[in-house]
Amino acid sequence: MSVGYHIVVCGGIVPDPLQTLEPVKGPAGWGLKNELMLPAILDPWAGHALFEAANLAKSAPGSKVWLVSMGPKAKLQQVMMTIAQKVPFELVVLDGPAGGFVEAHEVGTALAEAIEALPGLDKSKLLVFGGWQSASRGAGATMQIVGEKLGIFDQFQGVDKLEARADGTMRILERVEGGSYQESVVAGPPAVLGWATGELPEPPNNPQVGMQNMRLVMPALQKAKPVKIDGGPEYAKVEIPSQKRETRIVKDTPSEVIAKEIIDWLGA
Amino acid sequence: METLRTLPGDDVRQIMWRFADRYDIQMALQSARSLARTLVARLVAEGARNTHEWTDHKAQLLEAFDTSGLTALFMEPHQGGFIEGPKNLALALVAFELSWVDAGAATCSLATNLALAPIHERGTQEQRDYYMSNCVPPQPGEDRKIFRGAFALTEPLPYVGVETNTLVGKVRVAEWEDGKEPMLQVDKRGRFITGMDFANFATCAVDTDDPRIKTSCIVIVEDTDEGLFDRGAPTLKMVHQLSSTRDPVFNLKVPASRIVGGYTVKDGVIVPNYTHSEIIGAVFHRTRVPVALMSTAKLLSAVEPVIRYQRQRYRGGDAVAGTPKYDLGIQQKPDAVLRLADIWATGEAGASLGFETARLFDQLDPTEKAKDKIMAERGVVGPKSQLSALRKVEKLAIEYLALESMPEDKRDAARFQELGEDTLVRYVLLESLANILCPACKLWNTGHGATVMRESLALMGGYGITEDCPGFLFHKWADTQLEATYEGPEAVQRRQLSITMTNEVFLAKLRIWIDQFTLLAQEKPETGAGIVAKAMELWLWTLEFLHRAKDPSGARLYHNRRQNVTFPMADALCWIMASRCQVADLLELAEKGPENPIVAEGLEGTLGFLSDLSMVQAARAAGECARICATMVNGFGPQDEAELTAFDKLRSQLDRSLSGAALAKDRAGYALTQVMIPEALDYPM
Ligand SMILES: Cc1cc2nc3c(=O)[nH]c(=O)nc-3n(C[C@H](O)[C@H](O)[C@H](O)COP(=O)(O)OP(=O)(O)OC[C@H]3O[C@@H](n4cnc5c(N)ncnc54)[C@H](O)[C@@H]3O)c2cc1C
Repeated sequence: MSVGYHIVVCGGIVPDPLQTLEPVKGPAGWGLKNELMLPAILDPWAGHALFEAANLAKSAPGSKVWLVSMGPKAKLQQVMMTIAQKVPFELVVLDGPAGGFVEAHEVGTALAEAIEALPGLDKSKLLVFGGWQSASRGAGATMQIVGEKLGIFDQFQGVDKLEARADGTMRILERVEGGSYQESVVAGPPAVLGWATGELPEPPNNPQVGMQNMRLVMPALQKAKPVKIDGGPEYAKVEIPSQKRETRIVKDTPSEVIAKEIIDWLGA
Repeated sequence: METLRTLPGDDVRQIMWRFADRYDIQMALQSARSLARTLVARLVAEGARNTHEWTDHKAQLLEAFDTSGLTALFMEPHQGGFIEGPKNLALALVAFELSWVDAGAATCSLATNLALAPIHERGTQEQRDYYMSNCVPPQPGEDRKIFRGAFALTEPLPYVGVETNTLVGKVRVAEWEDGKEPMLQVDKRGRFITGMDFANFATCAVDTDDPRIKTSCIVIVEDTDEGLFDRGAPTLKMVHQLSSTRDPVFNLKVPASRIVGGYTVKDGVIVPNYTHSEIIGAVFHRTRVPVALMSTAKLLSAVEPVIRYQRQRYRGGDAVAGTPKYDLGIQQKPDAVLRLADIWATGEAGASLGFETARLFDQLDPTEKAKDKIMAERGVVGPKSQLSALRKVEKLAIEYLALESMPEDKRDAARFQELGEDTLVRYVLLESLANILCPACKLWNTGHGATVMRESLALMGGYGITEDCPGFLFHKWADTQLEATYEGPEAVQRRQLSITMTNEVFLAKLRIWIDQFTLLAQEKPETGAGIVAKAMELWLWTLEFLHRAKDPSGARLYHNRRQNVTFPMADALCWIMASRCQVADLLELAEKGPENPIVAEGLEGTLGFLSDLSMVQAARAAGECARICATMVNGFGPQDEAELTAFDKLRSQLDRSLSGAALAKDRAGYALTQVMIPEALDYPM
């Protein structure tokens, strides 16, 4: 019988996508204009990973969920006011830069070290969850690197479904081309899963859960160790894509018309 | 010079409104925000406001309030809530956040709390625990119906709106068997009762109609009680349509234990522990604050859609990206941004006033309980004897204030400590302020707020009065009128102020503020503190003048029935209080901002901009105050020449203090052309 999983979710924070994100070069290299002042949210891919993790943990008694996050700790605290209300987890904070300008290798190494150092972590029960990509950069490399560093070679990327079966094996659906799935069965943990959108909706806020989480979140933020990231790529030039998003709002447009527009756009 | 980079975010607000270290409150606020900007915004966009009927469409709100934790916000942890202790600030922030999108939704979420408020403030412990825990959504595995409540004070009959001392609703003894609990017959018709479509209990204000019941009281009735629980006709309202309002009819038999706060039996007569007006006083004292902030949220929420509209107004046609015409639109013209600066400044001042009041009540709540305990121990019962006991404490409170304002090395430290630790002194100090700030924010934020809200529509041009107006500004404007009306319309707040603003403890505090702000003006003239100091001085002088002066017929000027004197002076005070709080929030941000890395990043620009708004607002407030005071001093004349000369001197000092105020507005207007806003409004239209 299941004695539970140890699920570590890696999740960064990203600026609220409603904002104009303008790259600027500061003394510490490239970043976004007014980055600290922009409202931040949990990276949506990581969000799916977290909700799936919580759901899996709930169905497998004895499980535990950690959320390992690297980002400026003041920003992380702000994001936690929403995330902590969604599902139970224990936060581990790496106080460092967030966003798309840090080399995936650096981020992956820092995350792997933090996971390695988790007190009480049982690697034989370990599932490392994260986003297949992130909203700040679609390299799709970070989770792979985390896995490699931890010596976990069963890796799945673009996951939409995980089914934990009674015999301890897990059936996993990964996105492949054209809306199809690749189906795999893995013997059990340890494994790395980079999630696509999963299947679960965003859970509603529950302040009771929030109050429980915050008891651990606040101390975690306080004792967060600064992470020094050095090296990484040199960007010669960074700019906003020239194709700008022009949102049109047309009331009462029938869905067929919208669908046709999308198809025309895809074909153009 | 650095100017405002982005609109002030949560981190800035947490410092200014003093909840940076309260993550319980921050969480509640995030819940309210996500609900407001999803379901609530969708309901409005889908036209749920087009009917006054309570529909299934609107009823989705109730479940959403339950699942987001907002329903449990008012409760203590042992009753199923999650915030321990006083919750005035938490409730105010949640009302603010919901009203950012729709104030009817905010009212809907608060209606049960309003029904619970009499029980919360004056109910017995059993009443409190029973109703509060039943109003919490059932936990997983729990099988019970959630209680929702309505508060029934106002009645369809004349006099029973503003004149809450008159009640037509009645309570009689229905049965009273020997040795058993008396059964009461409650007969009440309510008018405009919020939450009535789904309430299963109501707290009703009723007068006694039986020699065996001593006074009026508030009684709890339930829909399962014997008799008539008729929800009545829906109110044909044109505002706050996301809440339910009806004119119910109750004629029910209930046990006497439903009298809020309990009762005693003396010589065969039921003596309620609290009359209805004592309870209502305590309730409205607190619940008026979130209502005030509902209007304020609208003003601040208007800023972003107006900027976006202004910048895009000339796009299209031959406008080319990168040209001023394309990027700035009508923000190329100063008037557009100067008017927006006024709207924003009013919103800032209202928020500062409202949240300061909410925080004050968080301090007052436990102090009031401690005071009641002391009074009970001393055998001081009844509001009249309490009042006269407290009047004696006022002297001590004034003595405390005098010591507080002295330099530390000059004052009698032992006496200062002794008075500081005296619960009754503390209570008198807090209460004297609450008695001003509560009616002031209810009156000014909603009344003046409604006027200024109109401007935001004007800045949208014709768009402002179409259904598509971004930010639902038209609805918001209409809604402010209700906020200015319910829980006592403007006249009620003015009347309360006209009595409380002559309280000596408050006036002593005002004198201290004048000194502090005069000093502050030397250190930080950019805050507008000097202007506020002069306005306070002029107001105080005028009040004192009105007490000694007479009109040509020899009648006293400051008199309860002379509303042409007392009411304008109350209005003037509101302006000053709002500006005073605004300056205080600015100082807090200047002090604590640098400690927070996020805030520190753009602090110079944010502070500079908010200082400019503070100065703009102070100049406006001083202008209003000076105009009113001049009317008082000259308008009932002719008056003594020496008095007039003294007044003129003060008034001209006030005018001089405005130096630089117009420049501040220029700067604020310019900043509005530079600030970065999100690409799209974060809720639909
Ligand atoms: C949508 C809606 C929801 C409501 N929800 C509730 C609820 O849940 N529970 C509840 O109990 N009530 C509720 N109310 C009632 C609301 O609180 C009252 O409408 C309000 O208190 C005003 O009373 P009134 O309408 O009887 O006005 P009136 O008492 O008739 O006053 C009208 C005007 O007369 C003048 N006036 C009156 N007295 C004086 C005075 N002494 N001095 C100077 N001028 C004076 C003022 O100009 C005042 O504005 C609601 C109302 C609405 C519209």
